[in-house]
Amino acid sequence: MARVGVFVCHCGSNIAATVDVAKVAEEAVKMDHVVYATHYVYMCSTPGQELIQQKIQEYQLDRVVVAACSPRMHERTFRKATAQGGLNPYLMEQANIREHDSWVHADIPVATEKAIEIVRMAVAKAVGLAPLEAAQVGITKRCLVIGGGIAGVQAALDVAEAGYEVVIVEREPSLGGHMAQLDKTFPTLDCSACILTPKLVDAAQHPKIKLYTYSEVVGVKGFVGNFQVTIRRKPRYVDEKLCTGCGICWNSCPLRPRVQEDGTVKGGFPSKFEANLGRRAAIYVPFAQAVPLVPVIDTEHCTWFVKGGKCGLCAQKCPRGAVNYTQSEELITEPFGAIIVATGFDLFDARALGEYGYGRYPDVITGLELERLMNASGPTHGHVLRPSDGRPPKTVVLVSCVGSRDEKIGRPYCSVVCCMYLAKHAIMLKEHDPEVEVYNFYMDIRAGGKDYDEFTRRAIEQYGAHYLRGRVSQVYERDGKLIVEGVDTLIGRPVEIQADLVVLATGITAPEGARELFQTLNISYNQYAFINEAHPKLQPVETNTDGILLAGCATGPKDIPATVAQASGAAAKAIGILSKETLIANPMVAEVNERECVACQLCVQVCPYRAIEMTTTRRGKPVAHVNPSVCKGCGLCVNACRGGAINLKGFTDQQLVSQVSALLAEPLAEVLDER
Amino acid sequence: MSEPFEPRIVGFLCNWCSYAGADLAGTSRIPYPPNIRIIRVPCSGRVDPMLAMKAFLEGADGVIVLGCHPGDCHYSEGNYHARRRLVLFHRLLEFFGVERDRFRLDWVSASEGVRFAQVVGEFTEAVRRLGPRRRPEAVLEGSR
Repeated sequence: MARVGVFVCHCGSNIAATVDVAKVAEEAVKMDHVVYATHYVYMCSTPGQELIQQKIQEYQLDRVVVAACSPRMHERTFRKATAQGGLNPYLMEQANIREHDSWVHADIPVATEKAIEIVRMAVAKAVGLAPLEAAQVGITKRCLVIGGGIAGVQAALDVAEAGYEVVIVEREPSLGGHMAQLDKTFPTLDCSACILTPKLVDAAQHPKIKLYTYSEVVGVKGFVGNFQVTIRRKPRYVDEKLCTGCGICWNSCPLRPRVQEDGTVKGGFPSKFEANLGRRAAIYVPFAQAVPLVPVIDTEHCTWFVKGGKCGLCAQKCPRGAVNYTQSEELITEPFGAIIVATGFDLFDARALGEYGYGRYPDVITGLELERLMNASGPTHGHVLRPSDGRPPKTVVLVSCVGSRDEKIGRPYCSVVCCMYLAKHAIMLKEHDPEVEVYNFYMDIRAGGKDYDEFTRRAIEQYGAHYLRGRVSQVYERDGKLIVEGVDTLIGRPVEIQADLVVLATGITAPEGARELFQTLNISYNQYAFINEAHPKLQPVETNTDGILLAGCATGPKDIPATVAQASGAAAKAIGILSKETLIANPMVAEVNERECVACQLCVQVCPYRAIEMTTTRRGKPVAHVNPSVCKGCGLCVNACRGGAINLKGFTDQQLVSQVSALLAEPLAEVLDER
Repeated sequence: MSEPFEPRIVGFLCNWCSYAGADLAGTSRIPYPPNIRIIRVPCSGRVDPMLAMKAFLEGADGVIVLGCHPGDCHYSEGNYHARRRLVLFHRLLEFFGVERDRFRLDWVSASEGVRFAQVVGEFTEAVRRLGPRRRPEAVLEGSR
């Protein structure tokens, strides 16, 4: 026989006004196994908790049932009180007679009878509870940051400053991400590279930070505190340790771009960093302030690789002998305690919307391309020139929401930053050439940030940008001009503008390979391949996998201030994990009965956390084993197991069945008759 | 005149969405019929059809399983397992001698207190219309 104590809470009048708490206690004491029952005004208060502790001692209780609010509210409180009374905290069961009863029913006898039944079910479950011990696991005090954009770099710096080792894995040859490509940032018009590159250098020089650029995460095993991550280092064919970034190699490459007498550029290959507007050699650094300042060889074009060992000029010229054509891919596995995912974004490919003519007309460009045209270190040295003829445009049309807020292409979400960067483009175009006319077709102006609306107003009022509320229906060429047909819905008329340059505000999408990486990490993402937060409001930097944290556009479109704030938030969470010596795992996890297990491995297949592995018993019998530190206690494996060999502690079949049986043992019809 | 029939309904609610949705119905003081008795489970994917069948065998008039909306499962995919398994169970119910309308699988998120009350209200009404369930003995006899 168990010795159950039942504690009924009044919750002031929250429960007591509709539930006859004295009657509930009176009925509870008549139930099987119950040796003591009482009611008290606030069970969660200090005297309430002390009452539980006292009565555990006095009546030698071995189970506690607290009939009060939702366990989602106070389960921890009452477990703690139970533990302080000398019992295992998991021998407490909470009966929810507030949210599920007193607050939704007005009739006192009905609510009281329902409360009694809820208590009866809780008592039945409590009798079947077993003491649980939480496992403790050690922690690897290192943090992995995936992505070397502003989000990843900020997070890495914050974690490293707290004294923990950090590794940044970046798949491009340099840190910096998209922010490095931007010219200015809204709403302050700070030079983007000027505020970013010092941070990149800080990260590179930090004694606690190690960089793996031109590398990718290909495998993740383990769990919070103890991840084993496999990183693939792509060959750059230049030894990072020997290279000084002097530039002799890319300046001597026979395939390098050369400026002609007429100012045009011949040779070289489109530079991804320059949004394909600039050109680079076959051995190159993406941009002048790249971190690390170590070139990579483009094996698709380099003569040595294409023609099998011919050329080799860069290796001959390198004063340090750093060029090494035989370098090969390297797989390394390192342990980490926490992972921050800061994989950023890609831009929507505007070719999918043929009506705008992107990819057909060279003077229809994206916002990012305009950033490069405006940038002093860009392909035009900061002069805004049309890609078609190199002449400065006099009329520029900006088109917002290209690939955002568009149901018909499956992208109903807002990309957040476009309204602001178009306002910035309007201002900057006017700054570059006050004579230029700027038209901006917009759906709504979304300028919700600090100083954002003022910034947009400046573009309109001070700089005289023409804002037209409406969509562009098509862009086509006529007599050397781009004809932009749209509508101004405020005057209710179609509009036609003869433009020299059309700038499309392409929206933010998840980067290529995001789904595969998130699957490798075992974190959930939405239909657009943006990561789902553990809770969209209250856990915005955590994923559904403990120890894997989030920063930046990996969760959805975001501007730079929000990204940086989130990165520091993720870093704080990572530091919170790494600062502990051990982690206490949730003990309500699945457990395999090795005698019953037939090693069919169905449980291994259904487990969303890969917490189940096959092992063998001492006698050599193959069985499934649940790693208690990885298991999150969902119970999928319990149902998958055909032999009933797995149970979920705290929610065992027997416990749930006893709840059902306790409820249905008492006919409800009779209860209602008494009324 | 006899009293109106009050069905006994067992609800299996996932901890993260539907149980929280039921809590929200309480916090928001949204009334619904008192017939449901809620059993908290970590995930709708934990609801073994055996549990639902057990409830019917013990005399429940209706069984409802509520979980997170597809795509929102706290455990990523538990509700998909629940859906696959329980839809099949639902089809088999008539074979067991239980009317199909006595069972419902639905989704209620943590922010859907109103929807929780509505789903429970609808289900209670549907089961009330069906009347008391035939005793398990009668079901067994009928199958002979």
